[in-house]
Amino acid sequence: MGKAKVKPGPLGRRPDNSAFKQQRLPAWSPMLTANSVLPFFYVMAVICMVLGVWLLLTVQSTQEIKVDYTDAGTCNVCLEMRKNVSNAAKSCSCTVRFEIQKAFKGDVFFYYGLRNFHQNLRRYMDSRDDGQLVGKKANLKNPSSYCEPFSKDPSGLPVAPCGAVANSMFNDSFSLTYHGSSGLTAAVPLLRRGITWYTDKNIKFHNPKIDNLTLPQVFEGTAKPLYWQRPVYQFEPLDPNNNGFINDDLIVWMREAAFPNFKKLYGILNRTNKPFKNGLPAGNYSVEISYNFPVQYFQGRKGVVLTTLTWFGGQNYFLPIAYLVTSGLILLVAVVLTVVWWKFGKNGNNMQE
Amino acid sequence: MAFWRRNTHVEKERRVKANARDHNDRFAYADNHIKTSKYNILTFLPINLFEQFQRVANAYFLVLLILQLIPEISSLSWFTTIVPLVLVLVITAVKDATDDYFRHKSDQQVNNRQSQVLIRGSLQNEKWMNIRVGDIIKLENNQFVAADILLLSSSEPYGLCYIETAELDGETNLKVRQASTVTSDLGDLSKLMDFDGEVMLVTLRNASRGFLSFSVFMLVKVCGLASAVNLHLFMPCPSGEVICEPPNNKLDKFTGTLYWRDNKYPLDNEKVLLRGCVLRNTEWCFGMVIFAGLQTKLMQNCGRTKFKRTSIDKLMNTLVLWIFALLVCMGVILAIGNTVWENLIGQSFQDFLPWNVYQRNAVFSGFLTFWSYVIILNTVVPISLYVSMEVLRLGHSYFINWDGKMYHRRTDTAAEARTTTLSEELGQVEFVFSDKTGTLTQNIMVFSKCSINGQTYGDVYDEFDQKVEITEKTPCVDFSFNPLCDRKFKFYDVSLMEAIKLEDPVVQEFFRLLALCHTVMPEEKSEGHLVYQAQSPDEGALVTAARNFGFVFRSRTPETITLCEMGRSVTYRLLAILDFNNVRKRMSVIVRDPQGHIKLYSKGADTIIFDRLDPSDEDLMYTTSEHLSEFAGEGLRTLALAYKDLDEDYFEVWMKKLLFASTVIENREDQLAVLYEEIEQGLKLLGATAIEDKLQEGVPETIARLNLADIKIWVLTGDKLETAMNIGYSCNLLRDDMNEVFVISGYTVLEVQQQLRNAKERILGLSRVTSAAGDVGKTDVLADDSVFEETLIAEYALVINGHSLAHALEPQLERTLLDLACLCKTVICCRVTPMQKAQVVELVKSHKRAITLAIGDGANDVSMIRTAHIGVGISGQEGMQAVLASDYSFAQFRFLQRLLLVHGRWSYFRMCNFLCYFIYKNFAFTLVHFWYGFFCGFSAQTVYDQWFITLFNIVYTSLPVLAMGLFDQILSSHTGCRRPVQPSLPEPLQTRPAKPPLQQAPVLPVHAPRDGHILPALLYSLRSLFPLSERGRLALLRPTNICRYHSNVLGHCRECSDWT
Repeated sequence: MGKAKVKPGPLGRRPDNSAFKQQRLPAWSPMLTANSVLPFFYVMAVICMVLGVWLLLTVQSTQEIKVDYTDAGTCNVCLEMRKNVSNAAKSCSCTVRFEIQKAFKGDVFFYYGLRNFHQNLRRYMDSRDDGQLVGKKANLKNPSSYCEPFSKDPSGLPVAPCGAVANSMFNDSFSLTYHGSSGLTAAVPLLRRGITWYTDKNIKFHNPKIDNLTLPQVFEGTAKPLYWQRPVYQFEPLDPNNNGFINDDLIVWMREAAFPNFKKLYGILNRTNKPFKNGLPAGNYSVEISYNFPVQYFQGRKGVVLTTLTWFGGQNYFLPIAYLVTSGLILLVAVVLTVVWWKFGKNGNNMQE
Repeated sequence: MAFWRRNTHVEKERRVKANARDHNDRFAYADNHIKTSKYNILTFLPINLFEQFQRVANAYFLVLLILQLIPEISSLSWFTTIVPLVLVLVITAVKDATDDYFRHKSDQQVNNRQSQVLIRGSLQNEKWMNIRVGDIIKLENNQFVAADILLLSSSEPYGLCYIETAELDGETNLKVRQASTVTSDLGDLSKLMDFDGEVMLVTLRNASRGFLSFSVFMLVKVCGLASAVNLHLFMPCPSGEVICEPPNNKLDKFTGTLYWRDNKYPLDNEKVLLRGCVLRNTEWCFGMVIFAGLQTKLMQNCGRTKFKRTSIDKLMNTLVLWIFALLVCMGVILAIGNTVWENLIGQSFQDFLPWNVYQRNAVFSGFLTFWSYVIILNTVVPISLYVSMEVLRLGHSYFINWDGKMYHRRTDTAAEARTTTLSEELGQVEFVFSDKTGTLTQNIMVFSKCSINGQTYGDVYDEFDQKVEITEKTPCVDFSFNPLCDRKFKFYDVSLMEAIKLEDPVVQEFFRLLALCHTVMPEEKSEGHLVYQAQSPDEGALVTAARNFGFVFRSRTPETITLCEMGRSVTYRLLAILDFNNVRKRMSVIVRDPQGHIKLYSKGADTIIFDRLDPSDEDLMYTTSEHLSEFAGEGLRTLALAYKDLDEDYFEVWMKKLLFASTVIENREDQLAVLYEEIEQGLKLLGATAIEDKLQEGVPETIARLNLADIKIWVLTGDKLETAMNIGYSCNLLRDDMNEVFVISGYTVLEVQQQLRNAKERILGLSRVTSAAGDVGKTDVLADDSVFEETLIAEYALVINGHSLAHALEPQLERTLLDLACLCKTVICCRVTPMQKAQVVELVKSHKRAITLAIGDGANDVSMIRTAHIGVGISGQEGMQAVLASDYSFAQFRFLQRLLLVHGRWSYFRMCNFLCYFIYKNFAFTLVHFWYGFFCGFSAQTVYDQWFITLFNIVYTSLPVLAMGLFDQILSSHTGCRRPVQPSLPEPLQTRPAKPPLQQAPVLPVHAPRDGHILPALLYSLRSLFPLSERGRLALLRPTNICRYHSNVLGHCRECSDWT
């Protein structure tokens, strides 16, 4: 240790009398006695209870309906058809009907969901080229080795977008129809734009730009991913802001889910016209599915989810239940402690020691 | 020795010729250039990196880094490892570099100091680094000595010079050095030019120790012969040289011989000025360089101190190993999971994610997964823990340095933590070994009583012959007749003054002895104003007493001592000084008084002196020894005084032998001791002195508190049994309400054994010991005993003297001694040698697995301080050797209480809590990945962003834990002192190592992160935003609370993970 500087004078070596050096910084040291701990426990129990109930009410105010269409309705035909690989290119559509008993108020979100699909495998997640997706020309023609074996097609052309993630992109599409009580049938308008994260759409994904070339020209010399039916520049040829790498569906898919069971946003209810001004009215609905995505290989299920949201998010009971359980436990402990205190601790001095 | 490793050839002796650089160059002695720095610009990087990677932690990181470079394994980018690694490396490197830079600077400064060197007949200024062995240099007042030099001459008469050795051993009193008589007149340059003396220093180390001495001795003989042959071969005319010992680190030993003009002259420590000393009160002096640069004794002493490790260190190492094992376990579990998963599920997922070549084999894929998980889970092994702990300890030791309550105002000394690595060990001390003099007592000696010729003086009696308690009001003896008296000196018994006035010859002789037989230096600042520079306070007290009673010691030269006896100035010729040392326990002087009589005056420990008395003195001896035990009973330190008239012829013969013996090179000391022994026989007893040594402030209270904290205090003292016991009573170690005080004072092994057994019997009850008597070593008996130990309520004390201790420390008895000693509340060992002190400490240390602390102030405590786990030095009257050897130092014994009960406890609890917290947070952080493995097909996918993982430990969460580790106070310092027994821990805290709290730590978070993956992260990153709010009592944040926080944050996290 270095030698302390010695001040002149008779008391030169005296340490500074500062709160820090003398370890006298202000500090609060609660005295744990029954009188302070027990109320604390009760108060905590009450707080947790209140929070839990409040959250429960919030969550209950959301509405959600899940429709598993893997083999429901007419879809079992498509499921059978997709079992055969040779039919991969054939289109197949089916319809599933369901009923909404209580009107969905407010914004309604349309998700597709997959079960048992492991988007979270390390090699799967790594199997993409972010450089390519952000529009780097070099990576477009020369995808990263992480994309193997989906970086080149059999003829040697570079794949755009490369990698297992893009290759396995979910390619079912849906159209939702409302069957009103008065026999009125209306297609439910879905906003298919604005379903991505802002950062993804505007920062992480860009189409490569070469002077005045059009998108198909830019992508010339690349191949579409193996499982895709159309190349990436044909997602929506008419809308340059939703085509190529910046297609919303692609972006949503490319943000991998953390768990094998997940749902991804497909569209948001367009509430400009009647009868959807206030959300989804009660009644019968049917969803017509262009059934492309095979799930039988991995014992997966697929479905659609319609839900409203609050500030809290979708319908998720975990947190309210966690609060309520915690509250119950604390209450239990508090009661036990009270009993113990009442019986043994009250007159003894051992609590203070 | 370090030096020997550095040089390939072993230097067995050193020959130095004055003014002959060419000659000396042949031996390749080190020059005076010193280098304490470790690196230069080129070597810094490789050497420093090499050193750093010798640490396990850094090496571990490196291995991880290499693993991460394999793409098949790499689950995290390389920067997750390299950032913390580089950060740690850079911080350490910067610290090393600045340290080294300052070393370079100070080296440079020292190397460039100017010094005057005699070159070709004239004095020239020369930088220190250019000084060579054999050069003659001139030193002036207040200059640092540039190298180890042989004093040749000085401005003072008889070649005397005064030095201060503060930089060497911390002692600030002046010491005298005297040039050899043959060289002391080499005052001017021309004479010095002609001086071509040669110094020879021969291996003579430890020649007096044990059976080794013989072999060393033989070696010396052989070497001596060889050198003699050399001498004749190369130098037909051996005009002169110095032959001396090779460089070593013994500051107080030097042996050499000067050959000059065909004569040999002995050289010893008194004629050598060591590098680092400062010349004082001397206008100039000349010296010849013997050792230079790195070979000087100062530099040889700059070794690295032995690294003491604390039990928490050891615990942590095992803990880290266990955690590592756990990591491997988790890796294996996940790897197996991966194998199974790939077979069952991954196979059907191949359309979306085809297997690689290596994945065809599921087992191999599992193997790779194992390594991937080792990388991901690496944060569970708390590598940054080591660094953080260093920081904490440093902080703790700074707090000790800064503690105003451990600052002693009168001596202007603050406490000093000289080691920064032991702070938490202080909280676990179970045994304190204390020196008595200067540690428990003030070591300010006051002459209080004496016994002269069978008559005691010093007590005051009233008219009824009743002893009167001496208070402030008791009238003092009036010393006004004596203009030279010391006004601070107080003595209350008038009868002694009357005896002097009556010119009682024995009384006069008594005080004459006190005035003559010592090594005190007088300083007469102005006429009649005398100040004594005494190396030991006892001597100062005695000389001061003689001074006040009219035998004033006024001045000394190497050959004379001048007294002022009752106003008359008398000069005695000093013929010989027979030095004091710990073995002889006495010192004598031989003087010739103005009448021409030769007299030997001797003072020393009573037993030693009594053994050498003339048989005719027996009666007086008995009365005196009665008085002595009376004095000792009052806790006074006693010395016996004796003299002897010497026959002129006998003395001359003896003197010749002495002169001869003092020039021999081989075991000179032994020969001198024999000669001393020969002349110190048949002494006539004069009387005895009793010196009071007052207890230090607050000692009894401190001892009582330490006792309450179940810290056992053993006093190891060199004093007599009675003195020791008395002090024991006065400082609360022994009490009247103790059940029994056992005194062990046997002279043979059997006696001691019997006494120890008896004492144990008394304590444990007869039946138990008889069963144990036959086979002491049996474990069940011992185990029984230790159970019994705990339940023992009665208080016993053990007092054991040096003789018995020597026997009791023999292997067959040491266990019995230890058992008995541990049954007793207090143990006092008296008459112990420094070696025995260390042995006692070692005994406890090795058998009890307890933390020991040794506290002492003198050179005799150094061995004990070094042996104990923690050594504490009291910077007191007896120089600085103890402090220099210690880990902690302060000025007063009572500060020990604060050191142990406040700082020690704080450090210990802080460290434990810190470890818990740290390991907890790492587990909470890392186990998330373990659980996530079950969701992501054991594919070693991470949950967090890589930069978050990278910075979690070193940036986000390092401050809160550090703040807690530094500032948390388990108890206020006040309570800490008032309640020495830790209230919340039923057992004394010392007996429980940090295990219990630590074991809980990893268990907690195992289930915590199950659902809320980001929760601990959030929790801690929130905390890191408010590091200052942690300054309070985080320890009170109970695990339940933590869990609750978890559940609170948990839902949010569920939300987050679902939304992805």
